[in-house]
Amino acid sequence: MGTSFGRGGATTFQQDLQNSDCIVVQGSNMAECHPVGFQWVMEAKARGATLIHVDPRYTRTSALADLHVPLRAGTDIAFLGGIINYVIHNDRYFRDYVVAYTNGPTIISEDFQDTEDLDGVFSGLDEAERSYDLRTWQYEGTEVQAASGHRDQEYQDRTSRGGSDRSVRESGRGESHGSGGAAVASNPQRDETMRHPRCAFQILKRHFARYTPETVEQICGVPQDLFDQVCRTLADNSNRERTSAFVYSVGWTQHTTGAQYIRTAAILQLLLGNIGRPGGGILALRGHASIQGSTDIPTLFNLLPGYIPMPHAHQDEDLDSFVEASSTDKGYWGEMKSYTVSLLKAWWGPAATEANDFCFDYLPRLTGSHSTYDTVMAQLDGTCQGYILAGENPAVGSANARMQRLGMANLEWLIVRDFSLIESATWWKDGPEIETGELRTEDIGTEVFFFPAAAHTEKNGSFTNTQRMLQWHHAACEPAGDARSDLWFYYHLGRIIREKMAGSTDEMDRPVLDLVWDYPTEASLAEPSAQAVLAEINGWDAEGRPLSSYEQLEEDGSTACGCWIYCGVLADGVNQAARRKPSGQQNWVANEWGWAWPANRRILYNRASADRHGRPWSERKALVWWDEEASRWTGHDIADFSSSKSPWYRPPAGATAAEALSGEDPFVMQADGKGWLFVPAGLTDGPLPTHYEPQDSAFSNLLYTQQRNPVRQVFARRHNRYHPDPGQPGHQVFPYVITTYRLTEHHTAGGMSRWLPYLSELQPEMFCEVSPELAAERHLEHLGWATIVTARAAIEARVLVTERMAPLRIQGRVLHQIGLPYHWGPNGYTTGDAANELTSISLDPNVHIQEAKALTGDIRPGRRPRGRARNALVEGYVRRAGIADDTGTEVRGGR
Amino acid sequence: MAVERSRSLLEGTDPATSAGYADHPPRVGFFTDTSVCIGCKACEVACKEWNQVPEDGLVLTGMSYDNTAGLGADTWRHVAFIEQPARLGHQVTGAASSKDGSRIRWLMSSDVCKHCTHAACLDVCPTGSLFRTELGTVVVQEDICNGCGYCVPACPYGVIDQRQGDGRAWKCTLCYDRLSVGAEPACAKACPTESIQFGPLEELRERADRRLSQLHHNGTSEARLYGRDPDDGVGGDGAFFLLLDQPEVYGLPPDPVVTTRDLPAMWARVAVAAVALAGTVTAVFARGGPRR
Repeated sequence: MGTSFGRGGATTFQQDLQNSDCIVVQGSNMAECHPVGFQWVMEAKARGATLIHVDPRYTRTSALADLHVPLRAGTDIAFLGGIINYVIHNDRYFRDYVVAYTNGPTIISEDFQDTEDLDGVFSGLDEAERSYDLRTWQYEGTEVQAASGHRDQEYQDRTSRGGSDRSVRESGRGESHGSGGAAVASNPQRDETMRHPRCAFQILKRHFARYTPETVEQICGVPQDLFDQVCRTLADNSNRERTSAFVYSVGWTQHTTGAQYIRTAAILQLLLGNIGRPGGGILALRGHASIQGSTDIPTLFNLLPGYIPMPHAHQDEDLDSFVEASSTDKGYWGEMKSYTVSLLKAWWGPAATEANDFCFDYLPRLTGSHSTYDTVMAQLDGTCQGYILAGENPAVGSANARMQRLGMANLEWLIVRDFSLIESATWWKDGPEIETGELRTEDIGTEVFFFPAAAHTEKNGSFTNTQRMLQWHHAACEPAGDARSDLWFYYHLGRIIREKMAGSTDEMDRPVLDLVWDYPTEASLAEPSAQAVLAEINGWDAEGRPLSSYEQLEEDGSTACGCWIYCGVLADGVNQAARRKPSGQQNWVANEWGWAWPANRRILYNRASADRHGRPWSERKALVWWDEEASRWTGHDIADFSSSKSPWYRPPAGATAAEALSGEDPFVMQADGKGWLFVPAGLTDGPLPTHYEPQDSAFSNLLYTQQRNPVRQVFARRHNRYHPDPGQPGHQVFPYVITTYRLTEHHTAGGMSRWLPYLSELQPEMFCEVSPELAAERHLEHLGWATIVTARAAIEARVLVTERMAPLRIQGRVLHQIGLPYHWGPNGYTTGDAANELTSISLDPNVHIQEAKALTGDIRPGRRPRGRARNALVEGYVRRAGIADDTGTEVRGGR
Repeated sequence: MAVERSRSLLEGTDPATSAGYADHPPRVGFFTDTSVCIGCKACEVACKEWNQVPEDGLVLTGMSYDNTAGLGADTWRHVAFIEQPARLGHQVTGAASSKDGSRIRWLMSSDVCKHCTHAACLDVCPTGSLFRTELGTVVVQEDICNGCGYCVPACPYGVIDQRQGDGRAWKCTLCYDRLSVGAEPACAKACPTESIQFGPLEELRERADRRLSQLHHNGTSEARLYGRDPDDGVGGDGAFFLLLDQPEVYGLPPDPVVTTRDLPAMWARVAVAAVALAGTVTAVFARGGPRR
């Protein structure tokens, strides 16, 4: 989303779904996993909208849909690509919108070669390095700096310093497109007839030409008549008068091509003219409360607050070269120095001065990918020695749960903060490896500390939810016993560390000692004031007055701001996130409920809801428009645009930053102000999405001899073995497709639900879902036991035989898919084997997310063996399949 | 006495008035529209949380996603899940469009005490633990219930139940305590899709009629209302439903009748019999009085 539109957040909010004429829920089981937000889908249905659910399983979402389209797990790009082909081939795209607001007319470098030219890979592939050189993907005659994503990729070229550095690419800047796109040095060439053979639109057209209904049927298992119905419904509901929305969640992100799944939807929604308009957009549903917040003010290794990239350990890097390499000339990232300096002032206060580069050197530096899975590898290799788990249960919830535990068993210390004794806190005494004899408690050197955590009802603070909206919550009571808030834990941890460091003359300690760490504490528990933290995040001017907009931020050190995109949440000294004006007392956009970034705008890029001249595309879909008399943008929402910039504004020569965007450039965070059909910079695995098969797949790639994403991240390790390629001997050992998922009744890895009787009784046991046909084929009995096996592990589950798991007919054979909820683990009130024992660590190269939604495996009746026999069973499978440590790790080919 | 009893049992469609509330607020109830239920079970959890109903067992039933099984002393809201090889309205599923023509639909429905207009449980309760509220609902008071269990077989829906190890009867109170402070019942409050609607019964009936005709208009001809009709065997339900199949499919009796329906007639016959007996005795004594 960041690379396509300029910001890595949902473009709309749940309530706006009520305005949709057609809603496509794909890669999401919204009714089960986001039941409260689903009310707005039901509202849209009540108003006559068509609901389409595309999912391998018939779920509670499907039950309410007008159209349920089952497809093979891991083939969504082929499906969406087929719709793109339909839309272009049949002239169903919104031409005026595409010409005005996308980079469809932009001419691409003649050095660019497509997957169609190179049998499944793009130009620039470096096989030895497993990565792409992006230079051939650029706009003709310019260099575009990605606003989000991998902004430092072209660092060497731009700063003429240092050689090629693989570690920069590996450091994975995919998420840094959370708020802002890439840079263009000059105005790119555009052909508004979109006939130039090298314009993005024509490249797109050629790229997806082979994604025909027949191909979709062969790859996805979707019958052509059903596919045609989806295409027609979507196109019929996307025009001046009508809008369609897409809803996705981790069913799209958890793949080795996850970021490109979302890219495909972004391209489609741009072609259909559905971005920035009421009832349109792409709604990214986040997995739980404040996950959006955890990327805004990140828990990610490669980001600073507000999607400022984490500096990389370039030689002699200073603030100016960092800003130079990362900011864009056009768009709001042009002000990156102001955002960065204000952040440094918020953290190091008076210690940060112009003379010392505002303590820029105090920031940690990246030397490569330090994602959660890379960290596990570092644990196994002995380079990572300590680990803090806060509300995270990797022994159940992360891919390849055994590797997670083996990694933790190789630590010096482990801190677990959670409500109860989750599996990640007790694996050393009762984990599966203790039972199989792989680990012995007395041999494990890891010192494990458990800290009970306070619940959200026991602390003040804010959530930033799916729609980028901050909502304040007030503590109802103090936490019981030793339970404390996260804020308490980290504040006092920092305080004690600083006390221990006090008086140190070691330069290494200065960044910690110089931190502003003066949050007032309250009440008997010495709880730090969350309001004071919010004040720091919002920022203040030289006189200490709260700022009201990030446009006030300065690069001279006179302002401090902990997260520039949150600047304004405390406008006028009022906690805007705590606003609770009922919906009945304001319009449907409800700008006075909570506060959303950016600048309380609820539908992003909403300038695109009006035509080039600032008039709504239609009265029915009016959102914001240009008021000629008042000379300003007005409407139902706050304009996501400079409020006084007329539609006829054209930037003077030499203009930079926001000034350089014209009055018809709605994607204000993008370097060129356009929505990107083609991504010249910012993604590591291609400027256009391409269908690749999942890491473990039951089928060969029908489109190319290139089986998988060539630059996916794989780890050739003994405990992380991959399955043989289709067509290779031993492939039939794992004949079924497995997909993992959540249930309404439980929460992710179960830490918040498996200990609760009221939820446990509703889904009391781990189960697998299989079709009656598969049950017959493998002699599985309803409510009996089954053992599911991959090259990683064997688990057991009770069997639910259901017609809801429909077998698919693909390339002349019947494919069975197995459904596995991933909530269970050995601890808690309701227990069971963890589905993530089965998954492998194979990652999307942009965002390092694991492929847990599409894998293969075998299923057999009966319970799994106990003790050593459990591993022996798996080893037997590995032998029969002829698997080695490097099986499935190739870059090219693989079919 | 028999005549008076008869009026309270069967006459009148306004149970609060029949119960003797001269001036009372409008009757309230639930309209559960199962066509928008997403099976999230928030109603079950909210009910248990608010009313402190105990957890009652971890049993994987194998009845689709329904592991609650039915209403009982410890389950006052119950969501049924029904998987059927049938088509829902105009819904198209992948399986349905494939050549074998198999079809699937998944019905979900949140069941609850019906708060009958003519409530047999209340009629048979000897202690007055069960009573009719001024809002027309039926509430059982745990501090009065003596655990006799007469109400259990009296309920035509099998709703009210005795708690194991406790013996007292428990069921949905329509959150009488919440209503008394102007709040809506916990289940309706928690329902995200307005499948459970709470309000004055008359209003709910109008809303249900509109929804039914809307569904029929959209081609969901199988939609029907259950418990809405004041002329049915229980005088209409205070909690009624919009269903997408026969009531039996959801585990609901197709034609419920208040089990105490025949009591007045029985009392009348008893009275007639008593009078007749008395007459006979009198006659016998009159005719065959002591002779001298």
